Amino acid sequence: MVLNLNSIRKSYRTNEGEVPVLNNISLNLLAGETLALRGESGSGKSTLLHIAGALELPDAGSVEIAGNDISKMDDSERAAVRRKDIAIIFQQFNLIPSLNVASNINFQANLSGPVDKTKVKKIVSSLGLSDQMEKYPEALSGGQQQRVAIARALVSEPKLLLADEPTGNLDEQSALAVLEQMLKLVAETDTALMLVTHSQNVAARMDRQIQLIGGRLT
Amino acid sequence: MIVSCLLALLSHWYKNPLQIFAYISGVALATALWSGVQAINLEAKVSYKAAAQTLGEGQYDLIQPKQDRTISTVDYVSLRKSGWLVSPVVNGYLDNVRLVGMDPLTLPSSFLFANANITNSISGSNLFETLITNESTAENLVTNVMLVVDQNVAPGIAVGDISLVQRLLKKDKINYLIIHPEQPLGQKELKEIAPHLTIKNVQQMADISKLTDSFHLNLSAFGLLSFAVGLFIVHSTIGLAFEQRRAMMRSMRSMGVSLRTLIIIVTIEMIILAIIGAIIGIVLGYLIAGFLLPDVAATLRGLYGANISGTLQLRPDWWLSGLIIALLGTALAMSSQIWQITKLPILASAKPRAWMLVTTSHFTLQMKGAIILLTLGGICTILFDGLIAGFALLGALLIAAAVSLPALVAWFLRKLQKYAKTPLWSWFWADTRQQLPGLSLALMALLLAVSANIGVSTMVSSFRLTFVSFLDQRLAPELFLQVSNKDQSTELNTFLSELGIEFLPLMSTETVISKQPVELFGIKIGNTYRDNWRFLDAIENPWDILQIGKATIVNEQFARRTNLWVGDQVNIAPNFTLPIAAIVGDYGNPKGQVIINEELFSNLYPKLYPARFGIRTNNPAELRSQIINQIGIDNGSIIDQKSLKAFSMEIFERTFLVTSALNILTLGVASFAILMSLLTLADRRIPQLSPVWALGLTRSQIGKLELLRAVLLALFVVVFSIPTGLLLAWVLLNVINVKAFGWQLPMFLFPMEYLKLGFYAVFASFLAATWPSLKLIRTPPSDLLKVFASER
Repeated sequence: MVLNLNSIRKSYRTNEGEVPVLNNISLNLLAGETLALRGESGSGKSTLLHIAGALELPDAGSVEIAGNDISKMDDSERAAVRRKDIAIIFQQFNLIPSLNVASNINFQANLSGPVDKTKVKKIVSSLGLSDQMEKYPEALSGGQQQRVAIARALVSEPKLLLADEPTGNLDEQSALAVLEQMLKLVAETDTALMLVTHSQNVAARMDRQIQLIGGRLT
Repeated sequence: MIVSCLLALLSHWYKNPLQIFAYISGVALATALWSGVQAINLEAKVSYKAAAQTLGEGQYDLIQPKQDRTISTVDYVSLRKSGWLVSPVVNGYLDNVRLVGMDPLTLPSSFLFANANITNSISGSNLFETLITNESTAENLVTNVMLVVDQNVAPGIAVGDISLVQRLLKKDKINYLIIHPEQPLGQKELKEIAPHLTIKNVQQMADISKLTDSFHLNLSAFGLLSFAVGLFIVHSTIGLAFEQRRAMMRSMRSMGVSLRTLIIIVTIEMIILAIIGAIIGIVLGYLIAGFLLPDVAATLRGLYGANISGTLQLRPDWWLSGLIIALLGTALAMSSQIWQITKLPILASAKPRAWMLVTTSHFTLQMKGAIILLTLGGICTILFDGLIAGFALLGALLIAAAVSLPALVAWFLRKLQKYAKTPLWSWFWADTRQQLPGLSLALMALLLAVSANIGVSTMVSSFRLTFVSFLDQRLAPELFLQVSNKDQSTELNTFLSELGIEFLPLMSTETVISKQPVELFGIKIGNTYRDNWRFLDAIENPWDILQIGKATIVNEQFARRTNLWVGDQVNIAPNFTLPIAAIVGDYGNPKGQVIINEELFSNLYPKLYPARFGIRTNNPAELRSQIINQIGIDNGSIIDQKSLKAFSMEIFERTFLVTSALNILTLGVASFAILMSLLTLADRRIPQLSPVWALGLTRSQIGKLELLRAVLLALFVVVFSIPTGLLLAWVLLNVINVKAFGWQLPMFLFPMEYLKLGFYAVFASFLAATWPSLKLIRTPPSDLLKVFASER
């Protein structure tokens, strides 16, 4: 099992008092499995993604990523898990503007050690980025930037891929093309994918769909 | 991992070369002026230390001959035989080098020459035929004697065995005897062995390093001011670089870089860059110090009689202090940014320009901080005495003015916006207000520089006016001369009396009054004193009381140090007290002075005679030749009023040449800060200006408005700088000068000077804004359109 969330609770303190965001959430994700996470704005999707990505800790419950209980880890240990086992794709792409496409793609994988160049070439080629490697993000269209972000995530060979509205900033055609390429690569690498989306069409392409309403799974 | 992250962080600078230039040059400029000043101070201190080690200045009591007498070898032998542990010293000049002859066998061990044979590996017999000097002095000395170079010897001095120096100077007398601190009990009194000799206590001698402390502290304060102005650039650039890389850091965190690792990497990166900046700054500092050192050396020689080396050496003490302060300054500028990294939510959406979104509440907070700071500075000056407290007030005043500036500008812009009649001007003022947080650091730097310039130039110009008037009072006689013996003095007295002209004989001696080393003068009171001297405070008819020997006049320095004022009693000699009739301003002299009439002086010191004379004459040239021909006084011992005034003014001007140079450099640094802020903000302006362009303003109009904005902001800063600068001048004249030098100066205003300075500051800002404005005018429409295409 790649991801095991068990009885997760999380709330935030605001001026109005304690606001519960996640209430007793449990879910599992197996290698190669794809999962769509849907919900209204403010339903707790991003918080759940943060917890699944070892970026935040729950108030209660346990989080296991690739067999590691992250709730017992300190910041450095959690960072090591993120480096080794997790990759995240953001709606805003979050590419490093001062690095060219090649450096952006290799960046995360480099953090863990030497990069398998053959594999990089294959992923880059399948995403249609071979001609763009020397360009800087500012010279790419939104669709191209998101493909770079996907390539960067997959080159690091994560066990768990988290995607936060990855096609939210793209037009329908680009979104579809990017999604197809991402799913193809995920299937090839046996990576577990949890994807946050508002789109019914995108969600329909996943193995499973779950919905968050008022901090609870339905 | 560290290398990958470091390379990614560094890639930001590659894409933004202007920012790295601003950062490194900010650190370099801040370090340059600071380390330059420190290099000068250290060079001077090393020279003082060398002088103390070489000559023992201010460390030992001395035996000197009384006026017109000498010390012979017989006197020395008699003293040694009577149990006095003394060591003879001979000195004189050869090729403009001061030769000092000492006896290594009787010299106290703290003297450099006492251990010269060991430290310089000179064999015993060679020591008596060798002169020891430093490298630069050795180059000026033409002699057949063997020279040994020792960098510890004070500049301008060569030390050798007494017999060698006597031979070189062709003299057989001894100048003075050094008294060992530990003397055997039961020795005969000096007056029994050699009544023509007298003891000069350490307390009677001015300690050069203490006297010059205030001068060096003033230099350091300027160095610190320039450092602060430079730090504004560093702070501004670091803020922008961190803000622009916030998204990158967030991505790194999400990709598995731990917070600790990220902080370490960012710190390493900034420190590496700061070290590069500091090294450049140290090199610049070395050049600045090398440029200023000759003037500082001239000032110290003219003001305090202190000889310092005119050659600058790369000493670890000052360049290390430059490096450390650069790193500390960078750490200070970085600390708030590092703190923000720790609070950075990893996945929160990016908030561009967050660092610039300083709200009105921040400005209000800064204003409150300014008021607290001013109050603390005031309390500090009231509760604590001394120069440091004065500088604390000065610092508090400058910082308070700087931090309150953005709030005042924002308030002023709000008012202008309120009264704007067209939408364009309404937008212009609102947009200017929006730029304020990004520009505030540079504007603060400009405020500091302009205020410091106004303050210091007011102080210097007020001082100049006072000093010129002081010279007119003090240098009223047309001729000044010095006699070399009592016979000459008597002969001159008779000669001048027969001519029937007014002359002012001056008797003086160094003594200790009210625990202060002072110069005691005995004067002949005449019309010149009555007509020319102006007092800071006096009883009615002070000269009449002084003439009948019922009062004394003291200088301001003495009055302040002893806290004795008009009407207070001064203990002139044991069982002899006089009230103070007047206090006289005495500028450019660090020593305390006490003046009594000539009869009283002669009663107290019957063996002393007038050695200096001031003479009133309508024909100085003719009288001068008469004196030379008839009395036989050497031409070099006579100086006319014009030459003496010119010489005094030259010392004055050179004293403040260093201050003026530092002032101009500080203004240059501030202008550079504005240029860097405007340039680094230029790219960020495009999304703000594109909508205005789309609404119908041309790029040229927008560029001109940008230029106007910079000029108007600079103008506001100049207007605010004038009261700040005048307050600064008041503190300098009434607090710093009093505590540093012991004199208070009246304050004069120089509106034309301020106008000129204001024009320079505004013009510098105009020049600084020209480049970014031109850049904006030349921005291709496609770049402006990208804003609307969400592709930026």
